[in-house]
Amino acid sequence: MDFVFDWFRVLYQETGINLPFLYDEYDRNRMIDGFFTTVWLSMVCLFFSVIIGIIGAWLQGSSFKWTRRIINSYIQIFRNTPPLVQLYFFYFAIGTLLPRIENDWGGQSPILGSFAWAAISLSFFAGAFNVEIFRSGIEAVPKSTVEAAEALGFSKLQIYREITLPLAFRVVLPALNNNLVNLVKTTTLAYAIAVPEMLYEANQIWSDNVNVTEMMVFLLLAYFVLVGVLVGGMNRWERAMKIPGYGG
Amino acid sequence: MTYKTDLPVMLPVKPREPEPFLSLTPWHMLAIALLTIIGPSIAFAQSGSEAQSPLAVLMNWAPLLLKGFIFNLVISISAMALGTVVGAMLGLCQISLLAVTRHSSWFVTQFFRNAPWLVLLFFAMFLLPFEIKFFSLTIPFPDWFKAILGLSLPVMANVSEIVRGAVRSLPSGQWEAAESLAYTRLQTLWLIIIPQCVKRMLPPWMNLYSILTMATVLASIVGVNEVMTLTGQALASEGGRPDLLAPFYGFVLLLFFIYCYPIARFTVWLEKKYAVIT
Repeated sequence: MDFVFDWFRVLYQETGINLPFLYDEYDRNRMIDGFFTTVWLSMVCLFFSVIIGIIGAWLQGSSFKWTRRIINSYIQIFRNTPPLVQLYFFYFAIGTLLPRIENDWGGQSPILGSFAWAAISLSFFAGAFNVEIFRSGIEAVPKSTVEAAEALGFSKLQIYREITLPLAFRVVLPALNNNLVNLVKTTTLAYAIAVPEMLYEANQIWSDNVNVTEMMVFLLLAYFVLVGVLVGGMNRWERAMKIPGYGG
Repeated sequence: MTYKTDLPVMLPVKPREPEPFLSLTPWHMLAIALLTIIGPSIAFAQSGSEAQSPLAVLMNWAPLLLKGFIFNLVISISAMALGTVVGAMLGLCQISLLAVTRHSSWFVTQFFRNAPWLVLLFFAMFLLPFEIKFFSLTIPFPDWFKAILGLSLPVMANVSEIVRGAVRSLPSGQWEAAESLAYTRLQTLWLIIIPQCVKRMLPPWMNLYSILTMATVLASIVGVNEVMTLTGQALASEGGRPDLLAPFYGFVLLLFFIYCYPIARFTVWLEKKYAVIT
C-alpha cells in the first residue's frame, strides 16, 4: 500500500497534481472519516425518512380531519422551503431553545450536536417527499384487494401492514429511488453546520494544501460513484422485489 | 374505510368529504406562520425587558431581507433561463442519430445530475476565474454571476432529462406517421414532436424551477449576498440575540414558502389538466 501512496507523492513532485489525501496519512484519515460520515448520515436519513414516509402515508388515510390536515401542512411546508434554511432553523433556532447539558470537561454543550440536527432536518425534508410517494403507491393498490382483505377479517392496521404496504412498496420503488438519491446529494448541506462529512473534509484539505481543482474533481467523482452504487443497488433490489404482472 | 359503491344495499355509512390537494386555507397558513415566528419570541419574552421585541427587530430588517430575496429570485430566473437553453440542446443531442453525440451527451447529463448541487456550486465558484482577459477587453466574473453558472449546471442536466423523457414518452407512431408524410427529421422534430412535448415538459420543468429557487440559498455558503447571508449579517449586527434566531429564520422560510407554494399548486393543476385519461 505504501508503494502506491508514495507514487502519488512522486506524482505531486513531478507534475504538480497534488492529492494529499492519498499520500499524507493525516489527510487520508480525514478523508476516510469524511466519507464514512457521509455514508452514515445518508443511511440514518434514508432509514428515518422511509419510516416517516410510511407512518405519514398511513396517517394521511386517517379518518380524522385534523390528522390529515397536519400531515398535509407538514408536507407542504417541508416541500416548499429550502432545505438549507430548514437546517439552519433546526440547528440555530430550535437548537438554542433546547436545554444544554454538562459535558465531560465540565463545560456546557448542546443536547444535540450538528450531526444529530442534520440527520433530523434532512430526514424530515426527505420524509415529506416520501409521504407523497407512499401515498401515491397506496392509491395504486386496487380497492378490491383491500375489500377482499376486509372480508377476510383483517383489521385496518393489518391491511396496511400486510397487504397495502407490500404492494404499494413495489409500485413506488422507482420514485423512492429517485428521492433517496436526492437525499444522498442533499447531505452535502450538512457542510453548512460543520458536520465533518466529505465536502467539509475536502474543504479543510484544500484550505491546507491549496489544491482546489484536484479536490473538486475528486469530490465530483466520489459522489458520482457513491450515487452510482446506490442506484445500482436499488435497481437490483427493484428487480428482485418485482411481482410478475403487477405494477408494470 | 368507506367506499363509493353501486350496490343500493351497501350505501357507505358516511362518505369522506372531498378534499382538495391541500385542505389548508390561507387562514391556517397564517396561523402556522405566526406560530413559527411569534411562538419562540414569546418564550423568550420574560427575559430582557428593555430590548426591542423580536418582532419589531424583524420589521426593521424586513426591507433588507426582502431585497435579498429578490436577488435570490433574479439568480433563480437567470439560472433557469441559461439551464433551459443549454439543457434543451443537450436533451436533443441525447436523441440524436449519431451514437457519439448520443452517448457523450448522455454521460454529461448523468454526470451533472448525479453530482450534488452544492459541490457543483463550489466547482463554479472556485474554478472559474474572477475575470477573463479577452485581448484588451476585461470581462469581470462577479460572485453572483458564477453562482448563476454553477446553479445552471444541474438545471441543464435535469432539463436535458426532461426533454429526453418527453420525447421518449410520445408514441413511436408519431415519428412513423411523419416519416410516411415525407417530413425530414428536423421538420418532424420541430413541427410534430416538440409542440406535443412542451405540454408534457411544463409540469416537471416548473417543479425544477421551484427546486432551483430553493437551491439559490446555497449561494450564501459561497458568499453571495443573498437573503441567507443578509439574515446572518442582520443577526450578527443585533448582537447574536438567541430569541431573534427563530423569527428571522422563520421569516426566510415564510418568504420561500409564499413564493414556491403557488408554483407547486399550479404545477399540480397543470398535471391534472394535461393528464392522459386512462
